[in-house]
Amino acid sequence: MGEETEMPDGAPERAWYEIVRDVLKQHDVSLVPYVPDNVLRPLIDLLHADPFFNTFSVAREEEGVGITAGAWMAGTRAVLLMQTSGFATLANVLASLSVPFQIPTMMIVSERGTLGEFNIGQTMVARTMRPVLDCLAIEHHTITRLDEVEFIFDRSIVQAVATLGPVCFILSPLLTGGKVFAK
Amino acid sequence: MALATNQPVTRDRAKVMNRYDITKRMVSRLHHDEAVIGGIGYSNFDLWAASDDPAGRRTQNFYMLGSMGLAVPIALGVALAQPKRKVIALEGDGSILMQLGSLGTVAARAQTNLTIVILDNGAYQITGGQKTLTGQGTDLVAVARGAGLAQSAWAADESAFEEMIDRALTEDGPWLIGCRIDSGKPVDTTERDPSRIRDQFMRGLGVKK
Repeated sequence: MGEETEMPDGAPERAWYEIVRDVLKQHDVSLVPYVPDNVLRPLIDLLHADPFFNTFSVAREEEGVGITAGAWMAGTRAVLLMQTSGFATLANVLASLSVPFQIPTMMIVSERGTLGEFNIGQTMVARTMRPVLDCLAIEHHTITRLDEVEFIFDRSIVQAVATLGPVCFILSPLLTGGKVFAK
Repeated sequence: MALATNQPVTRDRAKVMNRYDITKRMVSRLHHDEAVIGGIGYSNFDLWAASDDPAGRRTQNFYMLGSMGLAVPIALGVALAQPKRKVIALEGDGSILMQLGSLGTVAARAQTNLTIVILDNGAYQITGGQKTLTGQGTDLVAVARGAGLAQSAWAADESAFEEMIDRALTEDGPWLIGCRIDSGKPVDTTERDPSRIRDQFMRGLGVKK
């Protein structure tokens, strides 16, 4: 990942994080609080490097949901970046702020806990993520393929804004490479 | 820092004031459609009560229903999105204790249009008056300063509070004003209709027509 390779038609193939950056920009999603994650690092670096985005870390994921909710109500689109264990801290805020107030909270989660996870805590907490999203009826997509990234992000941002519903993009290790076990 | 040195340094020396009275004084000084984010519990209820007016209820207020601790983050989001508008987070001591990291986030952003007002009665009043940490040694103004919010101070009394609010509304922040408050009953109860609260707030901020 990272280096651009030539496609048959001559267009350079973009990495997943370049596609995400471009789609966020197309949809005017400019405010990006995050709690850092190693898998998200290339995306975080890209967003920091681009003055279109206001990218900064927060102390806790819940705080990030509050910031993005306030920004939305005041006219700025925002997305929160985190990893699976961080998502696990959000059930209360999603259930008491995003969903009942009809705020289209946008979340990007890098998926830990599967496909070669080495930390048992991550495997356990990861199993809570989709049940929480499902029981709150929050739209979510697990993205595994590079050729689906643009379509899923593009359509889902449109849907979130149009229907005032939160959306969660789960980035599978199949897409990102994940975090590799190192002894 | 004039504001910090002219005010009592510690929580113990600040006058215990009435929650509704303080909230009413704050709301009455808002003349430029400033946004106010009300936390949960009685601080939220008294903001609702203090914002009713014969001419109509203030529409630049947002009332949380749950999401305890998030008044400051929501206010920061509003302040980031509308840098020309002054934004106030009105939060209780029990609530801010849940999200102390957000004070550091506000400091790191150096959010000039943001003011945090803490209503501190040292108790989780709505659940039966159990003690919070502020009644047992935690000084939230000292915590805020330690988090990087240099312009943080306790309001010595009502007139000092009004002076501090006026200054926060005209000069660059971020500001944090600590208020010792009593355990009076709230004057009213916020209408629990989240869609309506959000819609009116967005119209009040000019985001929806």
